[in-house]
Amino acid sequence: MNEKTPTAVALDDATVAFRLGDGRVYTAVERANLAVAPGEFVAIVGPTGCGKSTLLNVAAGLLKPAGGGVRIFDRELNGLNRDAGYLFQADALFPWKTALDNVAIGLEIAGTPRSEALTGAHKWLASVGLAHFGNRYPHMLSGGQRKRVGLAQVLIRNPKILLMDEPFGPLDAQTRQVMGNLLLDLWNADRKAVLFVTHDLEEAIALADRVVIMSAGPSARIIGDWKVTLARPRDIFETRLRPQFHDLHKEIWSVLKGEVMKGYVQSAQAAEAG
Amino acid sequence: MSKLSLFALQVLVAVVVLALWQLFSTVPLFGKILLPPFFFSNPVDVFAQIASWFASGVIWKHLAITLWESILAFVIGSAAGIMVGFWFARQPLVAAVFDPYVKMVNALPRVVLAPIFTLWLGLGIWSKVALGVTLVFFIVFFNVYQGVREVSHTVLNNGRMLGMSERQLMRHVYWPSALSWMFSSLHTSVGFAVVGAVVGEYLGSAAGLGYLIQQAEGVFDVAGVFAGMFVLSAFVLLIDMGVTLVERRLLVWRPAPADGRG
Repeated sequence: MNEKTPTAVALDDATVAFRLGDGRVYTAVERANLAVAPGEFVAIVGPTGCGKSTLLNVAAGLLKPAGGGVRIFDRELNGLNRDAGYLFQADALFPWKTALDNVAIGLEIAGTPRSEALTGAHKWLASVGLAHFGNRYPHMLSGGQRKRVGLAQVLIRNPKILLMDEPFGPLDAQTRQVMGNLLLDLWNADRKAVLFVTHDLEEAIALADRVVIMSAGPSARIIGDWKVTLARPRDIFETRLRPQFHDLHKEIWSVLKGEVMKGYVQSAQAAEAG
Repeated sequence: MSKLSLFALQVLVAVVVLALWQLFSTVPLFGKILLPPFFFSNPVDVFAQIASWFASGVIWKHLAITLWESILAFVIGSAAGIMVGFWFARQPLVAAVFDPYVKMVNALPRVVLAPIFTLWLGLGIWSKVALGVTLVFFIVFFNVYQGVREVSHTVLNNGRMLGMSERQLMRHVYWPSALSWMFSSLHTSVGFAVVGAVVGEYLGSAAGLGYLIQQAEGVFDVAGVFAGMFVLSAFVLLIDMGVTLVERRLLVWRPAPADGRG
């Protein structure tokens, strides 16, 4: 761990464990070390069930690590991470609020007067391409549109860190790419530190500055760390066609592939044993 | 099928049933009247009775009393149900301690409480309100309890990550979720408020639709009993339509339910 350069998010030997119903302890992630610099976009990729989301929850302060620690801007994290915005995998919008109110709420709870919060929300809805959808309720929006609202909801608070848990997972392939480009555009404007969890290696390489690979669980570890030097600003559609992209993909996949297979075998064994 | 022809068919059913009723209760078939007037009366007499109630205006007093009792039962029962539901959902220990008693009271057929309430609260409206409250309370209570406990974990965590305090979570997450569950049972709870009022009146009172029916029954005035029943169903239908309107306004954010109701 380099103590000289400042870090936005730092996991120091973070271990995550759960007590199972029968009293046994299940170790999801073991001694993970990870540092995200301010302005850096880091993607975590790993096989299903390796505990990548768990790691994100630790960085968010929603989950306390069983061992090790979390530092946010070089200060020990206690309780919730107030510097972070979190984009969840599942639908997290408030279903009883309109898109506009869903976006405005982030400012309102911080004490911003309602009229001002609404003005801000209008602006953010426009920048995610939903200027005319403000009065719709979440169930009247498509999956992709709901993700856009979610993005606006998180970004309106201007968090210094963005945590994303397979945010585009439930979307279809085309919508994912469109959303990826939208995310890159928004991120390019002020370059927040991003920790982006996904199981899609292509998505990770296309978006991130660094790709971190986790091993299959239980006791998942971080087993690889690659720099992505593809030029920015990027367009996901084009980036994927570059030779550099293919070389990197091949290199990382050679490591990830083994873990993915292990992940399948282990979950099959767990199913047999259980 | 168009709305109009559907409505025509619905009216047709009523016409046929009423016509058969009138026929069998007045015209002898094979030398025998199938529906003896003493037990079944006939539609003409029943509607004459309804008309005379409205003409003399005596019905309004009874309708107003029943409506007032229903409203009070609904409001008091709902308020208590919301408060206790929230309290139990937020305090699992309290919920666990009271659980067997809640189940016990809820399992009790509420009609047996009517004599107690009459004894405690007299023959006035409050004994009926109390009966309605015991019915409404449990429906609202169970729904609010469920609503608070079944708030999506993700939505809750999202609220936390957006910086909500416990109080703001209450206002922006728990409260709307609980209310949506309560509103989804609005038809049932309003219906039970009316049931409580009418059953209470029937078992002992000096006014109201239940009293009207009970009085008619006491003197074997079958036409009066049927007339009371018709007025009561029309009354409940109107209230239900009102509830549907309220519901449409309050639950706009919900996807249309699968059964197409509301």
